Amino acid sequence: MAKTKGVDRRRRHKRGTRQWALGHFWTAVTWILAFILFFPVLWMVITAFKHESNAYTDPPTLNFRPTLTEFSQVINSTSFTGGIPKALEDSLFVTVATLILVLAMGIPAAYALAVRPVKRWRDVLFFFLATKMLPFVAAIVPIYVIATHLGLLNNDWVLVILYTGFNLPLAVWMVRSFLLEIPRELLESARIDGAGVFVELTRVILPILLPGIAATALICVIFTWNEFFFALFLTNTNGTAPVFLSGFQLNEGQYWAELSAAATLCCLPVIAAGWIAQKQLVRGLSLGALK
Amino acid sequence: MSDALATAQQLPADRGAPASRRQRSPSSERRKVWVRRLPLMPALIYMIVVTQVPFLVTLWYSFRSWNSLVPGSNKFVGFSSFSTVLSDPMFRQAAVVTVEMTASAVILSMLLGTSLAILINRKFRGRGIVRTMLITPFLVIPVATGLLFQTTIYGSYFGILDWIVSWFGIGQVTWASTYALPSVVAVLVWEWTPFMMLIVLAGLQSESLEALEAAGVDGANAFQTFVSISFPHLRRYIELGLLLGSIYIVQTFGEIFILTQGGGGNGNATTNFAYYIYKQVENADNYSLGAAAGVIVVIATEIIAVFALRLLSGLFQVAEGT
Repeated sequence: MAKTKGVDRRRRHKRGTRQWALGHFWTAVTWILAFILFFPVLWMVITAFKHESNAYTDPPTLNFRPTLTEFSQVINSTSFTGGIPKALEDSLFVTVATLILVLAMGIPAAYALAVRPVKRWRDVLFFFLATKMLPFVAAIVPIYVIATHLGLLNNDWVLVILYTGFNLPLAVWMVRSFLLEIPRELLESARIDGAGVFVELTRVILPILLPGIAATALICVIFTWNEFFFALFLTNTNGTAPVFLSGFQLNEGQYWAELSAAATLCCLPVIAAGWIAQKQLVRGLSLGALK
Repeated sequence: MSDALATAQQLPADRGAPASRRQRSPSSERRKVWVRRLPLMPALIYMIVVTQVPFLVTLWYSFRSWNSLVPGSNKFVGFSSFSTVLSDPMFRQAAVVTVEMTASAVILSMLLGTSLAILINRKFRGRGIVRTMLITPFLVIPVATGLLFQTTIYGSYFGILDWIVSWFGIGQVTWASTYALPSVVAVLVWEWTPFMMLIVLAGLQSESLEALEAAGVDGANAFQTFVSISFPHLRRYIELGLLLGSIYIVQTFGEIFILTQGGGGNGNATTNFAYYIYKQVENADNYSLGAAAGVIVVIATEIIAVFALRLLSGLFQVAEGT
C-alpha cells in the first residue's frame, strides 16, 4: 500500500514477481470478503424470484426456475393496512418531507456557522452534536402522549417532525464541513466584485456545494427510510415500509419467498440511491474530517 | 486548550468584519448581528423544541405513577418509579447488555471496516464493483436485515449456517436463541462494517501522498509507514467512526425486535435499554416506569457523551493544527 513511485527502480525489479503475486493475493482476499458480506443481500434477491416451494430446501438450492409470482403476490395483497403500496407511499412521503425540512433549515444554519459565522458558533455546533447523542428512544412515553394530544397519532407528520429532529444536527455538521472546503479566495473575490449575500449564495456557493448537499441528503434518506422504533410506536396501523416488513416476523419465517420479495421491494429505493451516490457517501460520512 | 479555541473563534469573525466597518451606530450594529444570526435560528429553535420538550415531559411523568390500565393511577409519587426501576434486576441487566452489545459491535465493525478500507484503497480490477457490494449492508432496512438473518442465515432446518455446520457433522442449532447476543452482534457488525469502512476510507484517501513517498524514500517498510504516518492521520477518522457508530448502535431496536425479542440466556440476554423501555410501555402499560427508565438512560448517556465530546474537541485541535 505504501509503496509508490518513490521506490528505487532496481529494488522494485528484483521484488517485482513477489509484489505481483502478493497484489493478486490481496485482490482475491478482497473479492472473497466482499462476496461473503454481500451474500445475504444477494440471497434475499435470489429467494425473491423463487416459488415458495423452492425457498426452503435442504441444502439451499440455486436450481430453480425464476418467477415473479411472489412479487405480484406481495404487490397485490392489500391487507387491512393497505399492503406494500401503501407502506411504500407512506415511506416516500415521510422521507421526502423530512429531507425538505432538514435541508431548508440545515443549509442556512450551516452557512451561519461557517461562511459568516455568528458569535459563539462553536457552542452552537456542539449543542447540535449533543442533541444527536440524546437517546430519543428514552423519550418515547412523552412523545407518544404529546402525539396523542395533538391528534398526530397514526399520522405521517409525527414521524416527519421527529425524523427532522434526528437528522438536522448531522446535516448541519455535514453541510458546514462542505462549506469550509470552498476556497476563501473565491468568496472574497465575489465580495470585492460587490456581490451581495444572495448572489454569493446562489452563484458562488450553491454550485460548489451541490455534491455535498447530495451526500447530506443521502445520509438523511438512509436513516429516515430505515427507522423502525418510532414508526412502530406512533404509526402502528398505518406504518412505513419497516413496520410493514416487521409483520412478517409473526409468520416465523414460513413464507421466505414472499418475505424476500417484500424486503427486496422495500429496500430497493435506498439501495439504488446509495449505489448511485456512493462517491458522495465516502466524503459525506467523514463530516469533512471534522473541519 | 482555551487559547486554541479563542484564536480559532476570532479568525472567521475578523475575516467577515474588517475594522473599518465596526465604527457604526450601535443599532445598525445590532441589526447586523441579527441578520447574521437569522439563518441559524430556524434550525436552532427547532432542535431546542424537539429535544427539550419531550425530555421535560419525561421528567414530569417519571415522578408520577401512571399505569394506563389502572384508572386514576396518574398521581405524584416522587422518586418511587426511579427506585422501582433501579432495583429491577432486568434493568440492571439491560445496562450491561447495552454496553456489551454496543462495545462489541462498534469495535468489531471498526476492525473489519478498517481492514476492508485498506484493502479497497489499492488499485485493482473490479474495485468499483467490490465497493458497491461492500456498502450494500448499510443500506438495507434493519428490520429486513433481521428477517433476512432470521430466515436464511440462522433459520432452523433450511438456514445457511445450519447447512455449513452440517459439513462438520453438527446437527441443528437454534442460533438466535442459543447464541442470542452473538447472533445480534453479528448482524450489527454486518450492518455497520460498511459505515466504518467508508469513514476510514475517506481518511485513507485524504492522506498526503508526499508524506508516504518521503517515507518510502527514507526506506521505511509498509508496516513502519503505517504506524508512523498513516495511523496518526487515520486516528481522527477512527475516533469519529467509533463515536458516530456508538450513537446509533446504542439505540439498536429493530434487529432485536425481529431476531430475539430481547430473549436468550436467562430470558433477557439481548434486552438492551431500547428494548427494555419498549417492554415497559408495550407489555406492562406502565408509562411511569418507562419514563423513569428513560430519564436514567438519558443521564447515563449524557455522562458518556460529555467524555465523547471532550474527545471530539481534542480532535478539533488536531484538525486546526494541520
